[in-house]
Amino acid sequence: MFPWLTVLIAWPLVGAAVVGLGALGRSRTGSASAGIGLARPLALLFSLVEVALLVGAFAAFDPGAAAEHQLGETYPWIPQIGATYAVGVDGVGLLLVALSVVLVPLVLLAAWREQGRDEVRLRRFVGLVLLLEAFMVAVFCARDVFLFYVLFEAMLIPAYFLIGGFGQGAGRRRAAVKFLMFSLGGGLIMLAAVIALYFLAVGAGVDPGRAFLVDELVAVDLGTAAERLMFIGFFIAFAIKAPMVPVHSWLPDVAGNASPGTSTLLICVLDKVGTFGMLTLCLPLFPEASRWAAPFVIALAVISVLYGAIMAILQTDLLRLVGWTSVSHFGFIILGIFTFTPLGTAGSSFMMLNHGLATGALFLVAGFLVSRHPEKSQQIADYRGLRSVTPVLAGTFLVAGLATLSLPGLATFVSEIMVLIGAFSGEPAGSAAWAIAAIPGVVLAAVYVLLTYQKIFTGAPAAGLEALPDLRVRERIVAAPLVAGLLVLGFVPGLALTYVDAPADESAALTAIDEPADAAAQMGSDK
Amino acid sequence: MDITNYVVLAAALFAIGATTVLLRRNAIVVFMGVELMLNATNLAFVTFARMHGDVTGQVLAFFVMVVAAAEVVVGLAIIVTIFRTRRSASVDDVNLLRG
Amino acid sequence: MNDVIGLAPWLVGFPLIGAAILLLGGKATDRWGHWLGVLASAASGVVGFILMFRMIGMPAEERSVDHHLWTWLSAGDLDVDLGIRLDPLSLTFVMLVTFVGTLIHVYSVAYMDHDPHRRRFFAYLNLFVAAMLTLVLADSYLLLFVGWEGVGLASYLLIGFWDTGRPAARENAVAAKKAFVMNRVGDMGLIAAMALLFANTGALDFATTLSDDGVGSLSQATATAVGLCLLLAACGKSAQFPLQAWLGDAMAGPTPVSALIHAATMVTAGVYLMVRSGPILEAAPTAQLVVVLVGAVTLLFGAVVGTAKDDIKKALAASTMSQIGYMMLAAGLGPAGYAFAIFHLLTHGFFKAGLFLGAGSVMHAMGDETDMRRYGGLSRFLPITWITMGLGWLAILGIPPFSGFWSKDGIIEAAFIPVDGQPWRAWVFGSVTVLGAAITAFYMTRLFFMTFGGRRPRWKDNRHPHEGSPLMWWPLVFLGVGSAALGAVLGIGGTFTTWLEPVVGHAEHHEPVLPVPVIMTVTILVVVLGALLAFRMYAVNVVPEEAPRGSVLTRAARRDLYQDAANETLVMRPALGLARVVEAGDREVVDRGWAALPQTVSWFGSVFRRAQSGYVRSYAAGMAGGVLVIAVVAWLVGGLGGAQ
Repeated sequence: MFPWLTVLIAWPLVGAAVVGLGALGRSRTGSASAGIGLARPLALLFSLVEVALLVGAFAAFDPGAAAEHQLGETYPWIPQIGATYAVGVDGVGLLLVALSVVLVPLVLLAAWREQGRDEVRLRRFVGLVLLLEAFMVAVFCARDVFLFYVLFEAMLIPAYFLIGGFGQGAGRRRAAVKFLMFSLGGGLIMLAAVIALYFLAVGAGVDPGRAFLVDELVAVDLGTAAERLMFIGFFIAFAIKAPMVPVHSWLPDVAGNASPGTSTLLICVLDKVGTFGMLTLCLPLFPEASRWAAPFVIALAVISVLYGAIMAILQTDLLRLVGWTSVSHFGFIILGIFTFTPLGTAGSSFMMLNHGLATGALFLVAGFLVSRHPEKSQQIADYRGLRSVTPVLAGTFLVAGLATLSLPGLATFVSEIMVLIGAFSGEPAGSAAWAIAAIPGVVLAAVYVLLTYQKIFTGAPAAGLEALPDLRVRERIVAAPLVAGLLVLGFVPGLALTYVDAPADESAALTAIDEPADAAAQMGSDK
Repeated sequence: MDITNYVVLAAALFAIGATTVLLRRNAIVVFMGVELMLNATNLAFVTFARMHGDVTGQVLAFFVMVVAAAEVVVGLAIIVTIFRTRRSASVDDVNLLRG
Repeated sequence: MNDVIGLAPWLVGFPLIGAAILLLGGKATDRWGHWLGVLASAASGVVGFILMFRMIGMPAEERSVDHHLWTWLSAGDLDVDLGIRLDPLSLTFVMLVTFVGTLIHVYSVAYMDHDPHRRRFFAYLNLFVAAMLTLVLADSYLLLFVGWEGVGLASYLLIGFWDTGRPAARENAVAAKKAFVMNRVGDMGLIAAMALLFANTGALDFATTLSDDGVGSLSQATATAVGLCLLLAACGKSAQFPLQAWLGDAMAGPTPVSALIHAATMVTAGVYLMVRSGPILEAAPTAQLVVVLVGAVTLLFGAVVGTAKDDIKKALAASTMSQIGYMMLAAGLGPAGYAFAIFHLLTHGFFKAGLFLGAGSVMHAMGDETDMRRYGGLSRFLPITWITMGLGWLAILGIPPFSGFWSKDGIIEAAFIPVDGQPWRAWVFGSVTVLGAAITAFYMTRLFFMTFGGRRPRWKDNRHPHEGSPLMWWPLVFLGVGSAALGAVLGIGGTFTTWLEPVVGHAEHHEPVLPVPVIMTVTILVVVLGALLAFRMYAVNVVPEEAPRGSVLTRAARRDLYQDAANETLVMRPALGLARVVEAGDREVVDRGWAALPQTVSWFGSVFRRAQSGYVRSYAAGMAGGVLVIAVVAWLVGGLGGAQ
């Protein structure tokens, strides 16, 4: 069988190596045109071929068995410690791989003029983007806990340099360090849990050469105390990445200081590793502990929903605002995962995809707006009355904003309503009350989106902004697929739900209270 | 002769050397203190070698002498260099390693 | 029916395609875009007519058809199809929306003639028609919600149509945002209702949830909760108390928008929701009582506000609010009221659209002046507008045989029927409806005569009011005819009630607490009295050009009975205060808390750093001290060991 996933992981690495060649030289700042200017087209080509490869992977994937991890490959990697190179995706993983692969060319295109014309700098930038793409695809495919951990940390390297080196805000270095420290802190706790998991699994009789494989670990009974400790270890790392209140502090700083393209990749894709990890590692590996922690997690998730929305309303910086909206949306995603209902879980999985499209669109369009300002200001107060100046930009911003506030007819609505309805009939105690408590989030979303739109695009145009150019063709090409995707998935969500429904059923079955099943087994053996 | 006398002498010499190192500022004098401590150690080595009838102690004493000689060469060179640049041989003037 | 049901999706499809072409086509469609908009709406209307004629030919019990299009949302235990429910109720709305909608499209061609963004206006209008038809044709609460928010979006876009260019345009944008956000407050109710319904019935489609089994699986408490949640949604969309504050501000939009969206169709969606959810409400008498209460309060609220407004559009908006209060009240009365709620909705759609378009025609003639104190004596200059608005005026007053009489009188009679053997309700709500009718007569007569009556005009001499183009007055004529005749056509012999019976069920006949002729006579009497009072004050007496200070009540009514101040004090300020607390908490506690972690580490570093003095002798002293300590410890340990 053709190793689709390995090829999907390796191709951007090849791209990063090819494009990055020569990026190690000294940056020639100030020179108008250094090199031959191939970095961007080459990177775009690589990312588009990756999209073609993705189509192949989709063709090879059987949606009828979306709950199983398909396209799997397993090779020994470091036999001495039992680490393997094991990849495979279920429907959710495949959709997130697709999100990563689709967003990268759009980000490259959106950032076409963002990083100046210095070829060495551009080579570094696009090289890092492709490197990040490879890691992101790999982390969604990893079926070995050790491999997952290594990739989880490896992603930080390109992300750190993209934030700190290619950001727009004055505080970008500080934000990059903050991001790194938070992520490393979480990663360290997770590492401890990973190692403990290995030894417990070996102790429970798993072949030491396979004791990092998720498929092996699922069957291991860890004992209540150990399971809960390890759940906490994994969960903290994922909560930081997700990000969830109260470990969200790095996100607004990153959103405010990184370039919009970087924020798109970081918040719309890379952060999904947090919720993806909760769904595909925490729940199957620690089902009992997940049930134990669910009431607490749900409470925090709903607090995130409201907290992020309230903070977004008060922001004065456009990109920070978009960052805060994501805190709110990640709250919804986590809420759905921990309801343990097929509907809520499927909604969360779908929302991971939709949030990527909607917030990606919002980040990129906000980036287009900021790039037009003479001083590249991100302050909302510096804009006014732009709808008459740049109608297409205003319309695109509004559509992206409406997707963010989950307007029915757009894909985000379908997933949000699935999460809310699913949470209302959720299994953990009090989830109905928390679901009701999350509903005001939809009003707050309307406030932060429409208030921002009102401030930026209505009234008389601000002085100095009367002649801004409208969206260019390149920028329209970036926005069009995202908007089209949101619309199509809004009316035919079945296209994506096919891939997330079966895994959601499986996940709900895993975390269901297993006494009845045990009892049934007992009765069967008695006979 | 009782071995105690030798040991007491070595201890006294060592104490004098240590006090010199701790209390004096002049680098040359500090250096002399170090030498005194080394020689006190040598005396102790030789004494115990004699007591046990084992030559290892004497061999070690030779090693110490060789190292001390090398140390004197390097150390004096450093002191002279510092004196040339700073016009002072006080060890308290050299605190560049302050954290 | 099945041979033409395939046409039903085109009801939504035509205007949707129209909107898409106009929005994506850009400036290329500027020249003919408005006619495309009219065509799309009219095509939808033609499809509606075909379907209606087919349905009239069907036996009553076969008139409800669910047409499945495709599986929309299937995940977990939830299965929702994208489907159309065609029955007399939805078809009534289809006819209202497409007919009045098309007339208003035609009117707008002339009204928006000088606006450079006319194409965009028509795109939004088509979007609205598509969304409104989705709302009424949906066969599930979830799809209804798509239309529900879709009309909200169209309303948002159209209220804020003139939201840029001038500094004052910002106010229009604020009004648009206010409408959307207040609607969203209501939408929370619809989301919660769907969550409750799914948790209890496992479905969201009407066929399951509203069936006897579906409703039967709801406990009394659940049914009450669902009913109240739906009412919250209806309050938001239909500008009912306490979510009524957005409607007056929504008049910032172009007048055809006010006619179509904020009078004839969208704002009545709440009534539709109530009637559609009838089986659930009937299982929850408490919720029904609240619905009636909300209707009664809004009815009086709107009427009182309407008496004091000098802005013609705001007076009409208050009137709309009040009339929807009537419908809401009727919808809370159970099967006896449903048919009249929808009937009044239909006749109101015609006469209120006519009144708004008439107001637009007046404004057009008066250079966009909306203050009625600057009108007066316009009947000579705008005869067509005068006559058509006169028909609308008589209709809303409920003077027989004009259309409002047939529907409003039905509601008043229904309100006088005792519910559950509780006569106090009949007396209270019956009296409220009669009182409302009297106040309605007063403010509408005031509006009519301040505009058209009076001996001398109060506008500046340099204005030369005249009728607009035929494109503007033909729709007025159609709506005027509707205002005059629709009620009698559908009302005599209970044609309309029978038509709706397959949906809303047959109402058992109950006797009102007063004989019907008495109710009718009293109502007409107070209406005439109210009208005469207004006639004396505003037609016989001279209307001052500056508004007099007025009584306490007048001043309160002018400020919408302090609804904005109440919202500001009770909701906005506390919410903003809370938000600021959260923001400060994030900055001072959470962010500082995390920053404290590295700060602690660096504090330890700074303490230990002091030991690194750089003085060789202090290091040497440290070494010597250390050796001493080790020696002492060794000696002690050794000594102890020796002692052993």
